[in-house]
Amino acid sequence: MSINAEVESLRKVPLFANIDTAKLKLLAFTSERIVFPAGVDLFREGERGDCAYLLLSGQVDVALDSAHGPVVIATIGQHNIVGEMALLGEMPRSASVTTREPVEALLIRKDQFFQLLRDLPQVALEIMRELALRLNSANRELAAAHARLAEGQGG
Amino acid sequence: MPTHQSLYSYIWQHSRRDQLVILSIVLLAQPVYFLTLTLPKLIINGPIQGKGFEDAGATQDFLRLSFELPDTLPAWLAGTWTVLEGLPLERLPYLLALSFAFLALVALNGCVKFIVNTMKGRLGERLLRRLRFELVDRVLRFPPSHLRRVKQAEIASMVKDEVEPLGGFTGDAIVWPVFLAGQAATAMIFILVQNVWLGLVTGTIILLQGLVIPHLRKPILELGKMRQIQARELAGRVGELVEGGADIRSQGTANWERADIIARLGRIFDIRFKLYQRKYFVKSLNNFIAQFTPFIFYAAGGYFVITGQLDVGQLVAVIIAHKDLPGPIKELIDWDLQRKDVEIKYNQVMEQFHPDGMRPQSDAGRMPANRLAAGTMELRNVKLADDAGFVLLEDVDLELAPNQSVAVIGPAGGGKEAFGWVFSRQFTLREGTVRAGDINLLEAGDEFAGMQIGYAGAESFFFPVDVRSNLLYGLRTQARAVDASRQPENRRLLRELQRAGNPPLDARQDWTDYAALGSADASAILERIIEVLTIVELEPDIYQLGLHARLDPAANPEVTSRIVDARRALHARLAMPGHENLVERFQADRFNRNASIAENIVFGASLGTDLQPQHLPALPHFRRVMAEEGLEQHLVAMGLSIAETMLELFSTLPPDHPFFEEYGFIPAADLPQFQPIVRRARTSTLTYADRTALAALPLSYVDARHRLGILTPVLVERLLAARKTFADTLPTDLRTGISLYSEEAFNPAASILDNILLGRISYGVAQAHERVRVLVRETLDTLDVRDMIIDAGLGFNCGSGGKRLSNVQRQKLSLARALIKDPSFLVVNGALANLDDSQKTRIVEQVLHARKSRATVWVLTKDDLSEKFHRTIRFEEGRLVSDISQNRLGVTI
Repeated sequence: MSINAEVESLRKVPLFANIDTAKLKLLAFTSERIVFPAGVDLFREGERGDCAYLLLSGQVDVALDSAHGPVVIATIGQHNIVGEMALLGEMPRSASVTTREPVEALLIRKDQFFQLLRDLPQVALEIMRELALRLNSANRELAAAHARLAEGQGG
Repeated sequence: MPTHQSLYSYIWQHSRRDQLVILSIVLLAQPVYFLTLTLPKLIINGPIQGKGFEDAGATQDFLRLSFELPDTLPAWLAGTWTVLEGLPLERLPYLLALSFAFLALVALNGCVKFIVNTMKGRLGERLLRRLRFELVDRVLRFPPSHLRRVKQAEIASMVKDEVEPLGGFTGDAIVWPVFLAGQAATAMIFILVQNVWLGLVTGTIILLQGLVIPHLRKPILELGKMRQIQARELAGRVGELVEGGADIRSQGTANWERADIIARLGRIFDIRFKLYQRKYFVKSLNNFIAQFTPFIFYAAGGYFVITGQLDVGQLVAVIIAHKDLPGPIKELIDWDLQRKDVEIKYNQVMEQFHPDGMRPQSDAGRMPANRLAAGTMELRNVKLADDAGFVLLEDVDLELAPNQSVAVIGPAGGGKEAFGWVFSRQFTLREGTVRAGDINLLEAGDEFAGMQIGYAGAESFFFPVDVRSNLLYGLRTQARAVDASRQPENRRLLRELQRAGNPPLDARQDWTDYAALGSADASAILERIIEVLTIVELEPDIYQLGLHARLDPAANPEVTSRIVDARRALHARLAMPGHENLVERFQADRFNRNASIAENIVFGASLGTDLQPQHLPALPHFRRVMAEEGLEQHLVAMGLSIAETMLELFSTLPPDHPFFEEYGFIPAADLPQFQPIVRRARTSTLTYADRTALAALPLSYVDARHRLGILTPVLVERLLAARKTFADTLPTDLRTGISLYSEEAFNPAASILDNILLGRISYGVAQAHERVRVLVRETLDTLDVRDMIIDAGLGFNCGSGGKRLSNVQRQKLSLARALIKDPSFLVVNGALANLDDSQKTRIVEQVLHARKSRATVWVLTKDDLSEKFHRTIRFEEGRLVSDISQNRLGVTI
């Protein structure tokens, strides 16, 4: 795919909706586009994270290791970013990400990612919004789990 | 501070014989010189003016040599004695005879000068060679504290530049003043003989010159000394800037350094300017005084001639003689200045090379016969202090058995590191002795101690040679001498060495101590090297380096054929499902999207010729091929497209943005100059320079990576045609430099890895590099070529100070270098500080296992590894506080 076609596909990503073409082109130019077959790991929980992936096509499973084996906690599809939390938090990968089907992704390296946030505040805001949503849903899940636990104890 | 010999005593001691030979030649030549002065007068007065030829047919005796003795002597002695009767000649033949005699004398004079100058040059170079060697020898014997204090660039500048004038001066130190004084005296006497008054006047002026000028020149010498010190410090500072370059950058203090250099340059300028002012003032004064004498000759001498007290011939002769007088006098004064200058320089340099506590004179070439001192190492009452006098270690009494492993533990700075330093001999012991058997190790000389003790410290220096040489560096102890009995051409070499006082060591021979490696010669050492590399876990690194190294097929015909086998095996595996996209192979009839356009055209690797994309356009053959294939237009068009994209993408980025270096076809500094080129392309026509600049851009374009979509199928066809033409018409001078890719043949210009791959790892395939690495390793392991690849990896150049290796690699190499000597005592002192704990533990175990029958002393950063050793000693506050022996199970007994 040529750079111009890539820019077009990036434009479809809501995160980049309002960004001008030159910036998108720079992003496309400087990041590597990688094709993953189905069923391979983008990364595993506990690894050191040095990049994030922007999914251009296909879906991935996000899973946590538990005492009973991996538990899939979410499925993420096209136009979303995965792996950015390890970069932002300077921490090991918090979950494993595995492809459900062939996936095409834009690999954004750590330095590039931060450069992107610095250059494009609107992207930073979008990512913050996304993280807030995730935190919100995690809180809800936590509350629900607490409730279930309390019910179990009560009954 | 010990004093050194004075310059003249040094010169006299080492060049007396030559100086005397030259001096006697010069003195013997003086009569010749005197005759060249006399002849003109004879010619003018005699045959030209006709004196003595007044009668027709009169003759004069040519070459008549006679002298008269006074009548006061006994009668048999007094009177005229004729040594040569001479040849009676008439006026014209006499003129010719005298003229030819003059010519012959001039030629003879020139000949003597030639011989004398050559001899002086050789003499000077010999002495310079001796002095330089002595200085370097002194550097090698500097006490450790002095080595820590001096600046390397200053030392280098002294050895190389500052003693240089000494070479030129030595030849002139004795001969030149004598020669000049002789010349001046001859001319003086000649003038005195002609006319006493003119002589006296000349003498007075010379005396005045000799007194005033040197006095005026004193400040010049002072300035010269200041200049020398300033220039040396500048060299030292520049050396620091290079050495500390990384830190200057990381601290952001480049401007501070600039300011310091500016101040220094300013000081040097001021000194130089003052120097010039003084120098040229004195020079013009000197010239004036010298020209004052002819004034007297013309005025007073002319008066004498007119009044008939002096004949014209005499005056002309005086003037000719005087023409030769100011020269020698001026040069004599200049020589005196040079002497003082060189003396100052010499004293300056010598002071720096005479610190207290020098190691004893090396007995180069003489080695103790027994390589290993058997027995126990005894430390008695050892006290060690640092350069500032702070006590690091005190009252250490200890015996180290020859087959014992000892862990040295304790708090950092508590003395355990200092205990290690005792063996590195970095600090001079304040008190106490260290003996191995009956030999005092610290006084036995570095050569001997270096064989007994293998020391690996935290900071090791490596030379900018290959890994192998650095690894075997500690084994270069078998001193070899220049051998004249076997090679006659060495005889001259040996003679010169002797005359320059250099020891006859021969670096062209192999100094390696193969006995320590357990083999008789160089052929079997690879096994031992690999063994040691494996113990310190450096083997995988060297293997990786080997993969990226080249192999000479002529030297390794079998290996290279096996690598071609490996290539086939790898390609077969790459063809299997799941692997097919990992590597794009180089195929003669296919365009490789993962390689640059330049690579696609050249389709080969370069051995010597520079085929980097940015240099290709300068290659005439390349330009010819582009023209023939009609590709120039296309390259310009592609370049324009790239330039437009780059301007669009990068022109808003700051020039120091990392993207420029990583992704830019165009360096940040050059980007603005493409702006007008792109504009011209739209509005008017491109200049030749524009087209050249644009055509160079696409050469480094890798389609799979940059994805600019500028390659059309038609263009790909043309590029493939260009590839064929490039190869078919390759001129002979390039054939040796470029090795084209071929599926069947080993490519000597490409690395081993590139030979195995014969292609490029694809962009955009998940974990392609890692997966290919695994495939390559697996393929090679089945082919038993690992040793050969390590052999190739040992040829990797470590770079200045070993900086091309990582910290961890350097530390491992340092340990390996000590280990490979198989020393009686191995002392490891912080050598593995940068390794992670698990690796450190493994290496400690492996080293101890390999050295079961020898002593190993290991200064540990953490105490927990001590259970692996026979014995644990603990230092606190500079004292030995506990000494515990364990059995192998780690139980204290």
